[in-house]
Amino acid sequence: MPKLLSGAAIVFKALEDQNVDHIFGYPGGAVLPIYDELKNHKTIKHILARHEQGAGHAAEGYARSSGKPGVVLVTSGPGATNVVTALADAYMDSIPLVCISGQVPTHLIGTDAFQECDTTGITRPCTKYNWLVKDVNELAKVLHTAFEVATSGRPGPVLVDIPKDIQFKKGTYNFTKSKIKKKLNNISKKKLSDAELDQLIAMMKKSSKPIFYTGGGVINSGPNASELLQELVFTTGFPITSTLQGLGAFPGDNHHFLGMLGMHGTYEANNAMHDCDLMINIGARFDDRITGKIDEFSPKSKKVHIDIDPSSIGKIVKVDLALVSDVDVFLSAFIKRFKEKNKNFIDVNKENIAKWWKQIDKWREKKSLNYRTSDTIIKPQHAVERLYELTKNQDTFITTEVGQHQMWAAQYYKFNKPNRWMTSGGLGTMGFGLPAAIGVQIANPGKLVVDIAGEASVLMTMQEMSTAVQYKLPIKIFILNNQYMGMVRQWQELLHEKNYSESYSAALPDFVKLAEAYGCVGIRASKPSELDEKINEMISTDRPVIFDCLVDKTENCYPMIPSGKAHNQMILGPEDENKKISEEGKTLV
Amino acid sequence: MAKSKSAYSEPTKLGKLDHHIIVVWVDNEAGVLARVVGLFSGRGYNIDSLAVAEVDKLKHLSRITIVSIGTPEVIEQIKLQLKKLLCVHQVADFKRSDPNILFRELALFKIVSSSKNQEKVKKACKKYNLVILDKTKKSFVIQVTALRMEIDKLTKDLKAFGLVSVSRTGAVAMTKGAEILKQN
Repeated sequence: MPKLLSGAAIVFKALEDQNVDHIFGYPGGAVLPIYDELKNHKTIKHILARHEQGAGHAAEGYARSSGKPGVVLVTSGPGATNVVTALADAYMDSIPLVCISGQVPTHLIGTDAFQECDTTGITRPCTKYNWLVKDVNELAKVLHTAFEVATSGRPGPVLVDIPKDIQFKKGTYNFTKSKIKKKLNNISKKKLSDAELDQLIAMMKKSSKPIFYTGGGVINSGPNASELLQELVFTTGFPITSTLQGLGAFPGDNHHFLGMLGMHGTYEANNAMHDCDLMINIGARFDDRITGKIDEFSPKSKKVHIDIDPSSIGKIVKVDLALVSDVDVFLSAFIKRFKEKNKNFIDVNKENIAKWWKQIDKWREKKSLNYRTSDTIIKPQHAVERLYELTKNQDTFITTEVGQHQMWAAQYYKFNKPNRWMTSGGLGTMGFGLPAAIGVQIANPGKLVVDIAGEASVLMTMQEMSTAVQYKLPIKIFILNNQYMGMVRQWQELLHEKNYSESYSAALPDFVKLAEAYGCVGIRASKPSELDEKINEMISTDRPVIFDCLVDKTENCYPMIPSGKAHNQMILGPEDENKKISEEGKTLV
Repeated sequence: MAKSKSAYSEPTKLGKLDHHIIVVWVDNEAGVLARVVGLFSGRGYNIDSLAVAEVDKLKHLSRITIVSIGTPEVIEQIKLQLKKLLCVHQVADFKRSDPNILFRELALFKIVSSSKNQEKVKKACKKYNLVILDKTKKSFVIQVTALRMEIDKLTKDLKAFGLVSVSRTGAVAMTKGAEILKQN
C-alpha cells in the first residue's frame, strides 16, 4: 500500500519531481493548505509578490530568461482573475507557465461561494489547457501532465485549479511518464525528410535575393538553436532580420543582421523583406505588426515557413514550403544536409547575391535609426544608446514595458545572446517589465537586470518594487519619463489631429522619493551631460534602483510603417511625415 | 468610404465560402464541449449546427459533429486549432457537397389539427422516414429524418396543417462504404 499524502503535499512532491526551485505567488483562503505545506519543502523557495499579476509576470521573466517553466500559485476568485493578464501574455508569446490556483471546496462550487469564480472557464481561452481537479488521486497525474503540456511543442501557460477540500484529502502520489508527451511531440520531433530539406536547398541555390526572417521560436527552442542559426547564416552568407521576440538569437552587432523588422523596424530590414525573392521564416508567425498590409506583403518572394505549431502555418500568409519542426531539430538536420551537398557555398554563391547585398547597403545608408541629437534635453534614443554602451561589456538582461520606450530599446540595444531580452510582444502588456525583471533576477543571481520602462507603464505594477526590496533583488528600473503615454500620444499626433485625449499624466509621483519610500535607491538624470555618470552610478549600486530619466516629451518613434501599408512605404522621421501626411492624409495608417 | 484611423490593416478580400461538416472525436470529460465551442466563438468561426454524444463508453469518447461555413483557409485553421487541444483525438472534415458522405438530421413535429389533416401530413412526410410517436384526438407528434434543407421545407409546408412546435437536432454524418477513419 503506497503512503497516502494530502493534496497539498502532493502538489509539492510534484513540484520537487519537476525540479522546481522557485514559485511566485500570493496566499489566500482557498490555497492555505498548500501554503501550510510550504515549510516542509526547503528546496522550493516562494517569492511573495504584491499582486497576482506581478507574480505571473515574474514567473514569465523567470521562464524567458532561464528556459524553465515558471510556476505561479494563487488563491481562488480575485487571485485567479488577477493572474489572467499574465496567462494571456504568456499564451501570446509562447512562454511555459504552470499556474496553480485554489478553488472553493467541491461541494460549494456553483453556489456563488465567497471568493468563488469559474476559474477554468475564465482561463480556458488564454491557456494551452487547464484542469479542475475533483479527485485527489488524479492530482499528481494532472500536475505532471500540466508541466508536460506547458513545456512541449509550442510552449504556453497551463492552469490547475484545486478545490480546498482536495488539498486536505489524502491520496496516492505517483510520477509516471504519461503518453501525452508522445502525442504533443510526435509532430515537433518528427524527422524531416531529405526530400523536404533538398527542396529548401534548391530554393536557396536559386535565390539571388534571399533573407532569413527569424522569431521567438528560435529562442524557445533553446540556446543551441541560436548557435545553429548563426552557423546557418555564416554558412550561407544570407542577410537576416528578426522579430521583436527573436532578438538575441543572432548577434545584433553582426554585419549580416539588418535589425528588427516590422512597424518600427529598420528601413533596410523592411525593404529587404519587401523586395526579396526568397523569404525563410524560422520560428516567427507573420504577426500583423510584421506584415503590414497582407496583399502587398513581400509580393515577389517564394516563402518558406518553419514552425513547431502547424496552425501557425498558412494562418496569415500562404507559403510555398512548410516544414513543421522544432527549430533546433530543423537546423541541425538542415545544416548537416546543406554542408554535405554544398561545399564552400558561401564563396561559390557570393557573386549570386552580391547585387542584393549592394542594394541592402544602399538602404543602410539611409540610416533610418538616426535622430536629431540635443545638448540640452535627453533624447530617449540617446539614453538607450548610452545604457547599451555602458552595459554591453557585462552579461545584461533587459526587460521592458510596452510603448515607445519598448521600441527604442528594441532598436538601440543590441543583443548578442538569446534569453537576454524579455518583452511583452503579442499581448502588449503595460506593467510587464518590472515584475518580469524580478523573475529574471531570481533566475540569474548576480547578473545585471534592467527594466527599460515608461513612466505610465511602470506605475501599473509599481507595487512590485516592494518584492524586489524584500528579496534584495538589485533590479534597475530605467524609466524614460516623458510624462505621456508616448505611443498613444504619437498616434494622436499623427492620426487624430493632435487631440491628446487622456494621454498626458498629470500628477506623476516623484520617482526618486518613491524609490526612497520603497527602501531602494532613486536617481534622476535631466541633462545629457550627466547621463553617463548617473547610469554608471545605477550600475554600480548593489540595490534596486528607480532611475528617473527625464526625456524629450514630444519625441516620436521612427522609422514607422503606418498600419495597412506595405513594407516599402515607411515614414523615416518628422520631415518625411510632414511631407507624406499632408499629401495623403489619414490613409497612411 | 471614410478613411480609416485604425492601427490595424484593412480586411482583405474574402475567399469562397463553403459548408463543411467537421467531425471531432474527444475525451468525454468535464468542459470538453465548452473547449470546442469556445474555440469556435473565440476565433470567430461559425457553427451552423452541432450534435454531440458519447459513442464509446469504455474509452469515454464522444463524437462531435459541427456544420460550419468558411473559406478554405478558415476551415483549415479550424482543423489545426482543434487538433492542438489535448482532449481532441481526431478531426475529420467533409464538404457538404461530398457525394461519399451521408448526413442526417432528425426532427420532431407537433401538429394540432383535425384528423383529416393527418393524411395530408403523412403524404408530405412520406419520403422522410415518418414515424408517428404520439396521437390524440386533437394532435399528433411525428418524427422525420432528412437533410437540413428538407426539414426546412417541411417546417414551412406543415404550417398549413397545424404545426405548433418543432424540435430538431444538428446534423450527424458518416462516410459511405466499408471504410472508417482510423482512431488514434
